[in-house]
Amino acid sequence: MSTATYPTLDPLAHSEQNQEQLLEISMGPQHPSTHGVFRMNAVLDGERVVRLKPIFGYLHRNHEKIAENETYLGSMPYTDRLDYLCSITNNWGYALAVEKLAGIQVPERAEYLRVITGELTRIQNHACLLGFLLQDMGSSGTPLMYAFREREKVLDLFEALTGSRMMCNYMRFGGCRTDLPAGWLNQARSFVAELPRFLDEYENLLVGNEVLMERTQGVGVLSRELAIGAAISGPMARASGLNYDIRKVDHYSIYDRFSFRVPLGQHGDVYDRYMIRFLEMRESIKILNDAMRDIPDGPIVDPKWKPRGFRPKPGEAYGRIESPKGELGFYLISDGSPNPYRCRVRPPSLINLTVLEDLCVGQNVADVVAILGSIDIVLGEVDR
Amino acid sequence: MNLDATKSAIEAAVPGCHLEIVANPSPSAQHSLLVDPEHALAVATFLRDSPDLRLDFCSNVTGIDWPPRELSEKVKVKQTVDGVEKEVDEVRKTTIPGFLEVVYHLFSVTHKTIEPLPLRLRTADREAGVHLPSLTPVWRSAEFQEREIFDLFGVHFDGHPDLRRILMWDGFVDHPMRRDYVDPDDYEYEPTAHDQVLKRAGQHQSEGAAK
Repeated sequence: MSTATYPTLDPLAHSEQNQEQLLEISMGPQHPSTHGVFRMNAVLDGERVVRLKPIFGYLHRNHEKIAENETYLGSMPYTDRLDYLCSITNNWGYALAVEKLAGIQVPERAEYLRVITGELTRIQNHACLLGFLLQDMGSSGTPLMYAFREREKVLDLFEALTGSRMMCNYMRFGGCRTDLPAGWLNQARSFVAELPRFLDEYENLLVGNEVLMERTQGVGVLSRELAIGAAISGPMARASGLNYDIRKVDHYSIYDRFSFRVPLGQHGDVYDRYMIRFLEMRESIKILNDAMRDIPDGPIVDPKWKPRGFRPKPGEAYGRIESPKGELGFYLISDGSPNPYRCRVRPPSLINLTVLEDLCVGQNVADVVAILGSIDIVLGEVDR
Repeated sequence: MNLDATKSAIEAAVPGCHLEIVANPSPSAQHSLLVDPEHALAVATFLRDSPDLRLDFCSNVTGIDWPPRELSEKVKVKQTVDGVEKEVDEVRKTTIPGFLEVVYHLFSVTHKTIEPLPLRLRTADREAGVHLPSLTPVWRSAEFQEREIFDLFGVHFDGHPDLRRILMWDGFVDHPMRRDYVDPDDYEYEPTAHDQVLKRAGQHQSEGAAK
């Protein structure tokens, strides 16, 4: 095999002005604000960022190669480990792609279960993110603990339903793995009923906070044009005013039946990205209330689907969902064998990182931490 | 706009380009468009800028490795054995050369398309001809994903602004997502400071044991 030479990272070689004044620093990989093992090589002029390159791959285990050597269903638990905060939406994205590939129908009740667990995942992801972001900006402890208190309640619900708090492995092709245990819906209803109080409390604590506004407003501005060009998705794109929510665009699952709005930002700065998540949690509450009211009885998995000896016909499919972090896509190629010929994950975290340098250049080095926090990355998904 | 209409629109706008519709027999019915590498940049620019298509959201970029395949088919051949003419089965083998493929999944934010348009590019072979034009100048989202394909599959994107390994480390040789990739026996770990520390510690311990 031919081995080509390729350039390695040498930021100083490329910068023109003030060569002797510039300082190159390496933030990470073991930096508390990088949300995992993630490194940024930044070139600074004083406190101002001149150039910044993200370096990652520390958690790389080649999920896609593992998936090629595993049956279709065998990859399902591995998808939990991609974005380990939202394992259920990862399961959903993968199940949706396989259902497209093999033409499997999902029963009504299973769709409702998917929406309920998916929206609970969104709430806990956004709550955590707000906690992390504030922790990164120095409001030590309290906001994160408030967020984790709510997340704990969601994880209790997941544990009662799936048997696991974080690695849920809940979806199956054509449905879900387990039905609701007795009393689960009432527990979930009381959680959702109390959630607005938590959000109000959180908002009162922080939204009018002058220090927070000074730190975040006008920082890390992402334009709408760049957001489209770089395929930025999820709350980050919507904070830049890009009205693109795959729940509304693709009409997948049963999201057509719920009335919810897509919050949009105007400025595309860190503050907007932060507020969008607040507003999305409020919309998720609406969806959850409707879904838990309307959930019908019935089977939870397509009775025609046989888990043993599952071999989709040759072909390929790209399926995507709106995960809490953005567009989560799976691209599968089948050659008629029990294993996929190719399984590609389209990770929202990785693709949202494309614009990290554009957002950080010209900002202070302390703002880099806030900008990275507002992108909402999970390194299990970036590195795969 | 369906795929046939898209194809003829591109052919009208980019003269001389070779397009081919790759059928997808699965229920998803996401048929794709194969473009020749010479005109790929012009086709991509047209797809993004044409007001009818406006495929401005290049969501997913990925590589696929197709190693050389052997097709064997049974053919009946007449042979003369010991003066008697017989029909004998003969297996004929044809080798399909391998190539690497790059797929771009395109959506339109303007028109809010539901199904993707997969755009495919193919390399000449898997060794020397692994060069394709980079579409990062058209869709910025391809930047990291093309780097990943370069890293894991070994496709060289000409015109990419910053083509480096992204997930594997800089000193790594070979491309792990190729179908014929074999883990080396003496797996090359990234050298860290710990290795030196452990070596010194090992020496220290052996000295202690000798006393």
